[in-house]
Amino acid sequence: MGALGWWGVPLAVLGGAIRVSTPFLFVSLGECITEKSGRINLGLEGILVMGAMTGYAVSYGTGNPWVAIGIGLMLFGTGVAFFLGKPYVHPKAPTLPSIPLGFWSDSPPIQAALQVNPLFVIGVGLALALTWAFRHTRWGLVIRMVGDSSDAARAMGHGVRSVRTLATGLGGLLAGVGGSFLSLYYPGSWSEGLSSGQGLMAVALVIFARWSPIQCFYAALLFGGAGALGPALQSVGVTGGYYLFNAAPYVVTLALMIATCSPRRTLTGAPGELSINR
Amino acid sequence: MTRLEPLAIPAAALAAAMVVFGLFMAALGQNPLEVYALIYRGAFASAFSWQNTLARAAPLVLTALCVALPARVGLMVIGGEGALVLGGLTAAVVGHALAGAAPLTVQLAMALAAMVIGGAWIALAGALRQYRGVNETISSLLLTYIAIALFNHLVEGPLRDPASLNKPSTAPIGDASMLGRLPGLDVHWGLGLGIVFCALMYVLVQHTTYGFGMRIVGGNARAARLAGLPVGGLVLAACALGGAAAGLAGMVEVAAVHGSANASLIAGYGYGGILIAFIARQNPLAIVPVAVLVGGLAASGSMLQRRLDLPDATVLVLQGVAFMLILASEALYGRFKPFRPTSA
Repeated sequence: MGALGWWGVPLAVLGGAIRVSTPFLFVSLGECITEKSGRINLGLEGILVMGAMTGYAVSYGTGNPWVAIGIGLMLFGTGVAFFLGKPYVHPKAPTLPSIPLGFWSDSPPIQAALQVNPLFVIGVGLALALTWAFRHTRWGLVIRMVGDSSDAARAMGHGVRSVRTLATGLGGLLAGVGGSFLSLYYPGSWSEGLSSGQGLMAVALVIFARWSPIQCFYAALLFGGAGALGPALQSVGVTGGYYLFNAAPYVVTLALMIATCSPRRTLTGAPGELSINR
Repeated sequence: MTRLEPLAIPAAALAAAMVVFGLFMAALGQNPLEVYALIYRGAFASAFSWQNTLARAAPLVLTALCVALPARVGLMVIGGEGALVLGGLTAAVVGHALAGAAPLTVQLAMALAAMVIGGAWIALAGALRQYRGVNETISSLLLTYIAIALFNHLVEGPLRDPASLNKPSTAPIGDASMLGRLPGLDVHWGLGLGIVFCALMYVLVQHTTYGFGMRIVGGNARAARLAGLPVGGLVLAACALGGAAAGLAGMVEVAAVHGSANASLIAGYGYGGILIAFIARQNPLAIVPVAVLVGGLAASGSMLQRRLDLPDATVLVLQGVAFMLILASEALYGRFKPFRPTSA
């Protein structure tokens, strides 16, 4: 960071935002689908860890990170992930390749910050696709109807339970992809405590994003940037308060929730059947 | 027969969980019966294992109250870990500052300080819910991560004892101020405090007007408001009491086990408490036996690791399976004929 000095901080935050936000993006998009159908899934944390472990194990076993993503779509619980993941705590598995968007610059820090991973690009595409799907496809409309009024859905002849089960499963699938990102790209190894509450923060993130996939993308970037602040400051020599900076994403989440929630009105855009709006 | 229902259904769910876990073990090539025999030996077979089990159960009893009490006013708080960590830190600081005073005075001051801090921390989540409409499950978890960051910052920075080299800790509270053991048992006083706290909360919730008010708020907050109950105050009180219990758990861990505040305090007792409170169906009296059971399970983890070469997360799998099945069994209430009240 020497040549860039303090300019390294915003650059590292930007690079970190892209890197750290990817799992948030996938988990929150998945949760968005689930919550649109009127259910809230607080178990995403376990799914994230499970996805991370499975992805890593398969990548380690087959040497092919892309196969791992495919199988990383399984879901189960934290305990099983830890249980099965024990043998993988040490070794180094092949990680996902990245797309160097910083090719135009000669400066290594800028190149490093703009190493965009392919899953981030897919996530952005997915956010756009979901926005479109919620508005213009039959499936999107059915999910939204089930979430807003189960009575109406039943009157139209749609199975409320099956739609919600499918939406929860689809959400879990995306969370699993987010988890495999954690172990295959950044931090890029399997360890217990890898998910560190990111699955639950994604639930908060969806509320903050007002159940809109595009805003999920912006919110994930914001969270990622907050998460990258601590390491970025450390790299320019600000080491005091290291733990406090690491808590920045949690503080930001809480502050945003306090600022945007209100006891008197339900949130705009909230699915009517969602149980968090009593 | 109807009174047996809340016992029979969780017991059946637990049995089902043991079958599922047994199949899981069998799939891994272990003999399930041998695994269960080892769990029993590690948890309840000898005086030593009982002591280990009860020492683990003590903080769990208190952190389970941190879930069960807010649940009475309809709040789902999962942030007991944060209250425990900050309570423990406060207790260590107060204990060190008062070192040299009469042990009982020091211990009372430590307990009080830990309970105030823990109570305030969870009451914050309750207040955010009541006055800002912030989902308390999420906010209490975020507060836990913030509490752990604060704890790490203080223990490795301003409050660090320079003498603690490998493991950053606060200054020790001194042997004189440590909590003693229960008479006749080789278990520290933390268990006694937990049981007394549970009994008091049971009386408060089930047999006082105040507790009745809490249960009305939990059942239907709008009806409670129409009946003129101070809903906000009741919600805050339930959260503060629960947080005080978790803070006390932190004090017990510092004053009876570690002697100072360090990273060993962040051992997941807060999360274990969530499991226990749900299995006990948020009943303060049922928490004690369930906590002993879960404490025993945790105590046997290292036994499984040594004897069968299984990862120490094995018991986490069993806990997870049991938790899922017991929650799923909630749907079974009122579905079995023998348990139905006989209408004359």
